[in-house]
Amino acid sequence: MKTLIRLIASSLMLFVLPSQAAINIFACEPEWASLSEEIGGAQVKAYSATTAKQDVHRIQARPSLIARMRSADLVICTGAELEAGWLPLLLQRSTNAKVQPGQPGYFMAAEQVERLDVPEVIDRSMGDVHAGGNPHIHLDPHRILQVARHLAERLITIDPANASTYQSGLSDFTARWQASINRWEDVATPLKALSLVVHHKDWRYLLEWLGMNEVATLEPKPGLPPNAAHLASLTRLMSEQPAAMIVRTAYQQARPSEWLSDKTGIPAVELPYTVGGSDIARDLFGLFDHTILLMLQAVRP
Amino acid sequence: MNKQYLLSAVTWAACISSVAIAQQSDNSMNPAISMVLQGQFADYKLNPEDYELPGFMLGGEAELAKEGFGLGHGELVISSNVDDKFFGKLTLAIAEHAGETEVELEEAYIETLALGSGFTVKAGRYFSNIGYLNSQHTHAWDFIDAPLIYRGLFGNQLIDDGIQLRWLAPTDLFIQIGVELGRGDRFPAGGASNDGKGAQAFFVELGGDVGTSHSWQLGLSHWSAKIAGRESGGHAHEGGEAEIPGYTGDSDVTGVDVVWKWAPDGNFAERNLKLQFEYFKREEVGSVELENSGPPVETTTYNGEQTGWYLQAVYQFMPQWRAGIRFDSLKSDNTGSDNNVLGEAGLDDEGHNPERTSIMIDYAHSEFSLLRLQFNRDDSYESADDQIYLQYVMSLGAHGAHQF
Repeated sequence: MKTLIRLIASSLMLFVLPSQAAINIFACEPEWASLSEEIGGAQVKAYSATTAKQDVHRIQARPSLIARMRSADLVICTGAELEAGWLPLLLQRSTNAKVQPGQPGYFMAAEQVERLDVPEVIDRSMGDVHAGGNPHIHLDPHRILQVARHLAERLITIDPANASTYQSGLSDFTARWQASINRWEDVATPLKALSLVVHHKDWRYLLEWLGMNEVATLEPKPGLPPNAAHLASLTRLMSEQPAAMIVRTAYQQARPSEWLSDKTGIPAVELPYTVGGSDIARDLFGLFDHTILLMLQAVRP
Repeated sequence: MNKQYLLSAVTWAACISSVAIAQQSDNSMNPAISMVLQGQFADYKLNPEDYELPGFMLGGEAELAKEGFGLGHGELVISSNVDDKFFGKLTLAIAEHAGETEVELEEAYIETLALGSGFTVKAGRYFSNIGYLNSQHTHAWDFIDAPLIYRGLFGNQLIDDGIQLRWLAPTDLFIQIGVELGRGDRFPAGGASNDGKGAQAFFVELGGDVGTSHSWQLGLSHWSAKIAGRESGGHAHEGGEAEIPGYTGDSDVTGVDVVWKWAPDGNFAERNLKLQFEYFKREEVGSVELENSGPPVETTTYNGEQTGWYLQAVYQFMPQWRAGIRFDSLKSDNTGSDNNVLGEAGLDDEGHNPERTSIMIDYAHSEFSLLRLQFNRDDSYESADDQIYLQYVMSLGAHGAHQF
């Protein structure tokens, strides 16, 4: 009988105890899970709460996410209110002291860098505008590098025993990333000064980086779905000042951009937007490789 | 312009600019403040004043919304982390009852933040965590009205003053268990017996994902109370004075709830489906007396068994638009020494099992505004009622996160 109890107890322990070996990382978005792996390597176990097919503005605070956050050593999210509809609830329900705001285990990527479009005045009638500025910072590789440095520091704070792993992870990543940036900036020269129509203001930092211009959004206001009247006004706008392409993410409806493309003859392109958004975008390097390739193909078919 | 006037103008300007700053930081330092405005137009075939659920003593918020134009609950919510260890929240429900504006303290609780080892303690006034819908505010409901079983057993929602302890298991499968000890003074308890510790609850919740498109939650809960004089509206006679029945005895409620959500690739922004089922059973052993009868006061022994369930599906078929259907069914088997008194107390099922079918369609322009049209075929009592509602639910202020 005693052996049986011991057996049950030990199998329960196996079931209950989290793995002690690696640092458990709960990433709100795939790009941060990918960045964590670049720096931490085998020393981290990163879980992404969302995929490239999901609109991160509208995520359910599902039980599985609460359970995952319970055992996280580090929560890495975009922040700047992007996850305002679900992250606060997960933090509260997770009961995890290590990852609460202000703790080393709470890392908001957008707070590590300068954000664009911080509104002077904010009102709900403007749509889903974030008071902290545009949060979609991950499509600027220079900002990714800044986040990477801060993230490495943070990992060292959390897990000082493996500081050298994170340091070498960061320098290795920095070298490869800097080389890639040079390559991307080189091949993307034909994109400079081109005008784009975007579905949502997801692309602000990518366009800023590549020197491209956003001339219109398919959404009438941030967060509101495209409607017929607004699309019709875009058709008129495009006949006067045609844009080079219409871009959307993998999680946004194809219909509005395809409709506008049909009416205007301007190519509509689905870009991966984040890691996992296409076959090639399997990591951060692939994400930028494919994004630039697709845009180049759209303007030089 | 005198000096005082100038001074107040300066103060005003200072206030306005500080408000602007607070808005920019989205109240990150100050308490998050939000307001919910709700209102409706209701049309009934029958007189809503005659509404009853045979076999159930109604109380709490069980009455139907006023016919014609009316306001729903206005909610004012203030919440904030108190410090690094505690969170606090206050919800005031502002509603009009019988021509008087009443401010009701709906929630006023503090909760620990990250006590460690998966434990959380909540104390104060809160929605009990039994069932699925019970802990959600009315503005988060998918239909304008509560399921019949919530109306029949809890007067829409079970709220109590007390303490709750929860534990979240350190597993990838969501497992949460919890207990509550409550004062037991508010409907459906009453009398704050056992020195103001009259009610207890226990709950277990499990949840997880199936692939990326499906997620689920399963709950089991139990609530029990020693009740000393639970009053309810009872059964009014044509033109006569309504009886005020009071129940004293033991009460045991057991519930099962299942929620299943689906969205293609887990992307809720486009299309999604939510299926929801709850079942409750209440067993009571005690006595009922008609408090305004006699002398002598009319009384009966009471042995009640009341069950009910609802099943609903809400489908978002395109961004901003959802359609839903709900079916409710109740049943009671109540016995006692004096069937007349049971009948007067509204505990006789009158040979009728209440049922209701509801359909709704709603439009959310943004996540802060919602307009809903709902139709009920309500077969709660002897004649079936057709109920039509047109409702608005609008949220102002802080960005509230909604639970699963």
